[in-house]
Amino acid sequence: MSMKNMIAERAAHALEEYSVINLGIGIPTLVTNYLDKEKFYLHTENGLLGVTSVEEEDVDPNIVNAGKQPVGEATGASYFHSADSFAMIRGSHVDVAILGVLQVDEKGRVANWAIPGKDIIGVGGAMDLLVGAKKVIITTNHTAKDGSPKFLKKCTFPITSTRPVDMIITELAVFERKDDKFELIELMGDTTLEEIAEKTEADYTVSELLKGSVE
Amino acid sequence: MKSKITDLKSALQPVKDGDTLMVGGFGLIGAPLSLIDELTKLEVKELTVVSNNVGEAGKGLGILLDQGKLKKAIGSYFTSNREVAKWYNAGKLELQLLPQGTLGEAIRAGGAGIGGFYTKTSVGTDLAKGKETKEIDGEEYVLEKALKSDVSIVRAHKADRLGNLVYYKTARNFNPMMATAGKYVVAEVDEIVEVGELNPEEIATQHIYVDKLVLTEQILTKEGVVQK
Repeated sequence: MSMKNMIAERAAHALEEYSVINLGIGIPTLVTNYLDKEKFYLHTENGLLGVTSVEEEDVDPNIVNAGKQPVGEATGASYFHSADSFAMIRGSHVDVAILGVLQVDEKGRVANWAIPGKDIIGVGGAMDLLVGAKKVIITTNHTAKDGSPKFLKKCTFPITSTRPVDMIITELAVFERKDDKFELIELMGDTTLEEIAEKTEADYTVSELLKGSVE
Repeated sequence: MKSKITDLKSALQPVKDGDTLMVGGFGLIGAPLSLIDELTKLEVKELTVVSNNVGEAGKGLGILLDQGKLKKAIGSYFTSNREVAKWYNAGKLELQLLPQGTLGEAIRAGGAGIGGFYTKTSVGTDLAKGKETKEIDGEEYVLEKALKSDVSIVRAHKADRLGNLVYYKTARNFNPMMATAGKYVVAEVDEIVEVGELNPEEIATQHIYVDKLVLTEQILTKEGVVQK
């Protein structure tokens, strides 16, 4: 299984059945492959509650997700305009948002919309989702392309929101925010505590359970 | 009943230099493609466009950009057209970037006679810089102004002769709010039916918002945009 699929599968396990989920572009979109679609209500901010997958021959160019990819219409689905869609998001009617990031820091703040020195010309729904979703799960590669950590003490890129995220899932580790600090609760694949420490800049605690299982 | 049905050219007659135009659509989905095409034939300049994106490179509103007809773009995601950054960096295009939900709500407010609204979205970020903030019940909010237009061009699925509109799937997106926020509103539709044929429960935009109706000449297919 690819790294991205491994992260997506783990994120799917973090979801409670019958909750309303909004998936970002990239790894989050892959989460649908690991969900029993009958048991979740997928929301897309361009105006559909009840997203499902679609076979190539059934593609309708006027049914897309926020990444403009063709999607299907689940039983019980409904359409609405963008103002209503973001009322659902800001009004805390979406249970979980799963988002990708450029950086995330130990306070749980996310940077995922702008890179310094590059043109800041797109934000989409990222700021609204971070403010409004009841729970935010981050799915990301543990390090950037150049190998530098993405889980930092403090974001160096412009932040998307001051609201702290709840969970961070990478190909190496799962962190959960508890009492304003992230705790490493799970190792992914055959990684070690040392490898995670080496590739992480942020301060975090290690679950007592995990310490026991490793030793 | 005065007929609202007209042709593309007549429908855009009122567009003049310096106008603010709202254009429906999420990328090309739900965009009034025939009206946009007609806009590219007009001799107008200094337009401000309110739309989620500025089309794609060389497509939709992207053509208007290439023609140098735009002074300013207000939207949430200009990344979908790489030409936008070039014009912006050359100092030939002003940009106002808003979170997508703020954009939608600002248009809704504009059409509903509301001057602005407080939202938590963007608080503490670069997009809130220079904007007034207010603490309400212990939480910080940022003030966003409403948006209105001189002309709104929207895309719907069906209209009746009165101008009541019904939308199709995710092609609805920004269109219903834009229809309420324009001084002059043109709707591009697939089909115009007799009054009474639309189910009153399904009408999403009431005829009072719509000034003109035109039949579409371009449709979005799996293979891209084609002439009808």
